[in-house]
Amino acid sequence: MAAVRVEAVLAAAEEQEAEKRRSITVEKELELEYDLGNLLAVDRNPPPAAALRGAGPRREALLQALARDNTQLLVSRLWELPAERAGGAGGPLVAQLPEPTFRLPREKPPPKPRPPTRWEQFARLKGIRRKKKTSLVWDEQAKEWRRRWGYRRAGGDPSRAWLAEVPAGADPEEDQFARLRREKRERVARNELNRLRNLARAHRAGSAVPAAPLHPTGHQDRDELRRVARVARVSTASLGRFQPRLPKESAEPPSRNSGKKRRFEPLLGNLAAERSRQLELLRDMGSKKPVLDITRAVNKQLRQEEAEAAAANKGKKQSKRGKRGRRQQRPGRSGKKSGARRQPQQKKAAGGGTGAGRRKKA
Amino acid sequence: DRALERPKTKRAKRFLEKREPKLNENTKNAMLIKGGNANLTVTEVLKDIVSFWTKNITRPFEDQTTLEFFSKKSDCSLFLFGSHNKKRPNNLIIGRMFDYHVLDMIELGVEKFVSLKDIKNSKCPEGTKPMLIFAGDVFDVNEEYRRLKSLLIDFFRGPTVPSIRLAGLEYVLHFTAVDGKIYMRSYKVLLKKSGCKIPRIELEEMGPSLDLVMRRTHLASDDLYKLSLKQPKGLKPKKKKNISHDVLGTTYGRIHMQKQDLSKLQTRKMKGLKKRPAEKSAEDGVATPKKSKSA
Repeated sequence: MAAVRVEAVLAAAEEQEAEKRRSITVEKELELEYDLGNLLAVDRNPPPAAALRGAGPRREALLQALARDNTQLLVSRLWELPAERAGGAGGPLVAQLPEPTFRLPREKPPPKPRPPTRWEQFARLKGIRRKKKTSLVWDEQAKEWRRRWGYRRAGGDPSRAWLAEVPAGADPEEDQFARLRREKRERVARNELNRLRNLARAHRAGSAVPAAPLHPTGHQDRDELRRVARVARVSTASLGRFQPRLPKESAEPPSRNSGKKRRFEPLLGNLAAERSRQLELLRDMGSKKPVLDITRAVNKQLRQEEAEAAAANKGKKQSKRGKRGRRQQRPGRSGKKSGARRQPQQKKAAGGGTGAGRRKKA
Repeated sequence: DRALERPKTKRAKRFLEKREPKLNENTKNAMLIKGGNANLTVTEVLKDIVSFWTKNITRPFEDQTTLEFFSKKSDCSLFLFGSHNKKRPNNLIIGRMFDYHVLDMIELGVEKFVSLKDIKNSKCPEGTKPMLIFAGDVFDVNEEYRRLKSLLIDFFRGPTVPSIRLAGLEYVLHFTAVDGKIYMRSYKVLLKKSGCKIPRIELEEMGPSLDLVMRRTHLASDDLYKLSLKQPKGLKPKKKKNISHDVLGTTYGRIHMQKQDLSKLQTRKMKGLKKRPAEKSAEDGVATPKKSKSA
């Protein structure tokens, strides 16, 4: 009897041990935070500081136990992810990781979109789109598909062309081969110049350092230099009043409000102008006709609104409008001229209709 | 200026393109530098992390230009600098760069170091993506510890992968912050059978283990850090429109149709109702109703 009971007890104990060994549950006060995309887990529970203070193997054992618990939790989460067998039925079990959520700083700043080049602007204006070209071209002579340009191109090597026709109207004594070579050199140089100009434009647009134009670079044009010279002249304690001028420079003193603020006429100035202004004012006050031409004003306002709407749309979508597109991009046409042409009633009725439609009517 | 020099070969062009700022960046590279007076301990640490360059006599906390120069030349944005002197024994400076300028730098002192070769166990293959676990509330409370956590994740994370082989989760790095010290331990993970699908974990101490203490820090200002965290708009996943999910898990889609012309609708053809040519011509408002034979 006793033996049986002892055996039963031992069996029970063994089963308990086995159960503990196979257990995958871990008790934690605070839940861990997981970032499965990075295989990361953060445990906010304060570790048992007192126990870890003692040095030696006990600390290592404690650390290992803590690590085991945390790893168990992380692995349980990872094994709960949707998994599939990669490479057929016998392949390894592969889990799909989600995107990492922990925000880490970037290596480099995100790329800035570069401003469009001169050609790109023109193409957008005209509505020209890129034609997709095939990379291989059929070469009749060689009877095979060759590259469009580059090594072994279709049409043979241009540097080994043995025939150069004299075009009609050209000097018969001229060396055609030399001309072709010279033209190619010129084309390459022009291309390079344009590329550098585009780069400079992009660089200027991108950086917009305010002090940059004030440093002489040798590549500034006349207007920039004039602007810079003016700024330099005014940057003195007396705001440029006593700066010496060059012999051919215009000797006008800068007006006191040469900025965006309201400017006022000098008090004692042109008597004749003042007299005529006052008389005109009296005349307008006395006449019966209203000074403000309502129709013109309304047309001007509507034109302005159209231009704004067109500018906003142009920013959003670049449609190939062609001529229509070109017309819409010149909103600065004087409202008075076109306004007077149209019927005021029609305009008022149409109100906020599309600009394109109305232009067609006109 | 980089943009002015035009690459003459395709290979050079690819090299430059790899280094320029992109939407989705490359995996960060780390450079490990041995200082002018590095001792054996520190060298061993660096060696264990992977490999190192020749001696470099710089002081990162005073002058960062040499570091930035190296970073620019090798296109590495993470670095680990080891040195040793009487005032700061067994020094390790861990740091990262943003746009080839130093962003964060934290100086750690190595108090105890057990190398890979000192622990006689089987190791896991090189290049395994490690699991990272940070224990201790200090990692969230203290600002410096928060940055250190971010730095360590950046350093040890490895390349971002879309999927992972579940049996290959072999390596785990565990950082515990307690009492002003940070214990870094590396374990090899053994997956044992358990009652259910999820395996039971047993750990075996494997790799280098370090007892670190934080010394000086050089953290980036808040706005610079925020700037470096900024992700470009193109990376945000696009929202899928017209798809909605039910509570029970059914997916609903929405299709927008144009207005249908109901007179041209295709219905069941009933042979009896078909217009015979004679009747078609005779039909003048006189409706001849026919009985349909449909069931």
